[in-house]
Amino acid sequence: MKLLKLVPENTNIKFLKLRIPFYVMSILLIIASWGLVFTQGLNYGVDFAGGQEITGTFTQSEQAPVAAIRENVTGLGYGEPIVQRFGEDNQVSIRVRLPESAVGDAAAANRIADEIIESVSGEFVDFQRDSVNTVSGKVSGEFWNTAMFALIAAMVAISLYIWIRFEWQFGVGALFALFHDVSLTLGMFALFQLEFSLQIIAAILAIIGYSLNDTIVVYDRIRENLKKFRKMELTALLDLSVNETLARTVMTSLTLLVALVPLLMFGPASLFGLVAAITLGIFVGTYSSVYMAAPILIWLGVDSDSFVPEETLADQQDKKARGEV
Amino acid sequence: MLWAITLTLAALSVPSISTLSGLSWPEQLPDPEVNLGLDLAGGSHILLEADPAEVGAQRLENMEEAVRDALRDAEPRIRHGDVRTGDDSLSFILNDISQVDAAREEILPDLSGPGLTQEWELSVEDGNRLVITATQAGLEEAVDNAMESATEVVRRRIDELGTREPTIIRQGDSRIVVQVPGLSDPQELKDLLGQTANLEFKMVAEPGAIGTEVIPYADTSDFPGQDVTVRRLGGLRGDRLTGAQAGVDPQDNQPVVNIQFDTQGGAIFADLSTRNTGRQFAIILDGEVLSTPVFREPILGGAAQISGGFTTESANALAIQLRSGALPVELTVIEERTVGPDLGADSIKRGTLAMGVGSLLVIVLMIAAYGRFGVYATIALVLNVMMLLGIMAFMNTTLTLPGIAGFVLTIGAAVDANVLINERIREERRKGRRVVAAVENGYREASRAIYDANITNFIAGVLLFMFGSGPIRGFAVVLIIGLFTSVFTAVVLTRMWVAGYLRAKRPTELTI
Repeated sequence: MKLLKLVPENTNIKFLKLRIPFYVMSILLIIASWGLVFTQGLNYGVDFAGGQEITGTFTQSEQAPVAAIRENVTGLGYGEPIVQRFGEDNQVSIRVRLPESAVGDAAAANRIADEIIESVSGEFVDFQRDSVNTVSGKVSGEFWNTAMFALIAAMVAISLYIWIRFEWQFGVGALFALFHDVSLTLGMFALFQLEFSLQIIAAILAIIGYSLNDTIVVYDRIRENLKKFRKMELTALLDLSVNETLARTVMTSLTLLVALVPLLMFGPASLFGLVAAITLGIFVGTYSSVYMAAPILIWLGVDSDSFVPEETLADQQDKKARGEV
Repeated sequence: MLWAITLTLAALSVPSISTLSGLSWPEQLPDPEVNLGLDLAGGSHILLEADPAEVGAQRLENMEEAVRDALRDAEPRIRHGDVRTGDDSLSFILNDISQVDAAREEILPDLSGPGLTQEWELSVEDGNRLVITATQAGLEEAVDNAMESATEVVRRRIDELGTREPTIIRQGDSRIVVQVPGLSDPQELKDLLGQTANLEFKMVAEPGAIGTEVIPYADTSDFPGQDVTVRRLGGLRGDRLTGAQAGVDPQDNQPVVNIQFDTQGGAIFADLSTRNTGRQFAIILDGEVLSTPVFREPILGGAAQISGGFTTESANALAIQLRSGALPVELTVIEERTVGPDLGADSIKRGTLAMGVGSLLVIVLMIAAYGRFGVYATIALVLNVMMLLGIMAFMNTTLTLPGIAGFVLTIGAAVDANVLINERIREERRKGRRVVAAVENGYREASRAIYDANITNFIAGVLLFMFGSGPIRGFAVVLIIGLFTSVFTAVVLTRMWVAGYLRAKRPTELTI
């Protein structure tokens, strides 16, 4: 049986030749992302902005009357609502941000939601509500704090682990790659004004996990090669390591994609944001392991001596296992 | 041994799978099923919060009443000036400076609570001004007690609704989480919890008289927009009830609530109505006057009727609220997440379909790429998903909508382990190693990266679980358990199968 080989054997692509242009590009992208986050702002969902999100189905209609609903809810005087199709054609999501004046009023979010439901059900008799989320200003503030804390704590803890398992240069490289992934994901959300909710925090942590997975695989190979080829020039060694793991990188990314795309296509509408973020993150994460995490080792000055203490013992075991001693 | 563990854990998933796919699981069989989160099962999640300051204010008022009683009942009576209340203290001047010690003696018993905590501090200023200040510890304990009993009241009120299996948990210092599966419209529930149902009977007084307060009429009463002046102290609270039922007033067919006092409450009410026969009193609910009837005669039977513009529903709700007791604090809904049962079922259907299609594609890809080794990876994958579900069912964890995404990521992570191993074996073969050495090296060299990657992911998962909330935690749970099952099935199990194959067939060539 002829097996599928996505990547030809023994590739020798000079990935790192273009490291400087790619690095410059990435750093510009990171800056642009943060620029977007600060100028455009993130389109916070109710989790972080406070407010109410109501989804519903128009049981007797083919199409949900999006414009009419928008008008109806605007008429309540709580600012511009975001009314979108959600799932099927006759399903909508109505999102209203908590008005500035109501941020301190704990009961406001829930009261406004009740008003919206009453008003919409009053005008459209076939409106059947599917879900209601209301978050008061206080709770949304707490969500934001804990989410940011979780993100930063995860990045630091993971980098520390890599430092302990590898060398400090690797820890810094991993942290930088993660920072790149998080920045670009946030930038993407700011650029396209996608709803930024608690689920997206989960998605970012999943992206961190995946990107790190990739980084570790490349780093592990670099470490192995550093021990094996003591005299090889570092750029060539990094290229070799990336090439050697290329087949795995492509195959894993592809399997994850084929697992995620059905979820994107037929999955529940409320999971769309989470899955879309992770799907984008796979590309960003793969790129960053090759172009962010690896070249930084050159600049931080990793050399084969980094692993001398571990080397002799590990090498002996290697040789023994191969029956060379 | 490995097989025994694997199959046992995988078998645990069978009841959950049958439920998720819409089949019913026979009741006589044991069924450790995975709990479905409210976002999948449908239901309502409500987060309630109390304002601790309110507890303090209420406590101060009680203290004032206790102090006034103590000084009035003292022998000889201790006279004092106006009682002034601050944020967390009250103070008053004694008319006779020589009575300071006597006053201190009288008040002292009221200052320590039932516990060991020093609840109040008493100090004397300028020789004759007594100041009673709430201690921080005392206030905290009071808030704690109030929340404890509020949780109990919430439970009783929800039980009255007859909804099935509500979960009511205190959270943090001043919050209560209420989760009711299957409840798609929580309005009635919110109405029921939205009122403290603090019922008071106070005598109506002349406007402007000393020791009075002004209370507005409720909007539902006969005089909306108007106010009533009542005596601040010396009334009766509605916490001395043994029962409350909604009924109809036989005279005008209006809905009313009939209440029965306990022995002590009945005695106080009898006394109040005897002393004030012919006078008007106010029925006050949560700071609004419902009605102001007149005591036509002493009411000695310990029962009374509350009227005041009720509808049948509101009379019913009030009866439930009074029966289950007043909430010691006002609770505000600060977060609500309600999912209708249709949406939940739809999410499960779509989620499992997407997962099925995704898994199928992954399997095709794996077998196409790695042949026999791909088949091993596939079997490992199926067992992985089953074990994951089985362990979740066994540990009684909750599967949420983001948890479904967690499943897909776990599948990805598990497959990655096999990809790493298989690519490494390929590489070792290319370098010309013999079959057994290539496989052995493949597993050993790949394992390092697999373990490192899983440990770092574990760190991320644990942090997500610690700081995440609600459905996000469900995502973290799947991710964390999935890491263990993936390493077990993708590394340990496939290695066993590959070793078995190599031993049995002793192949000199590998198709990989």
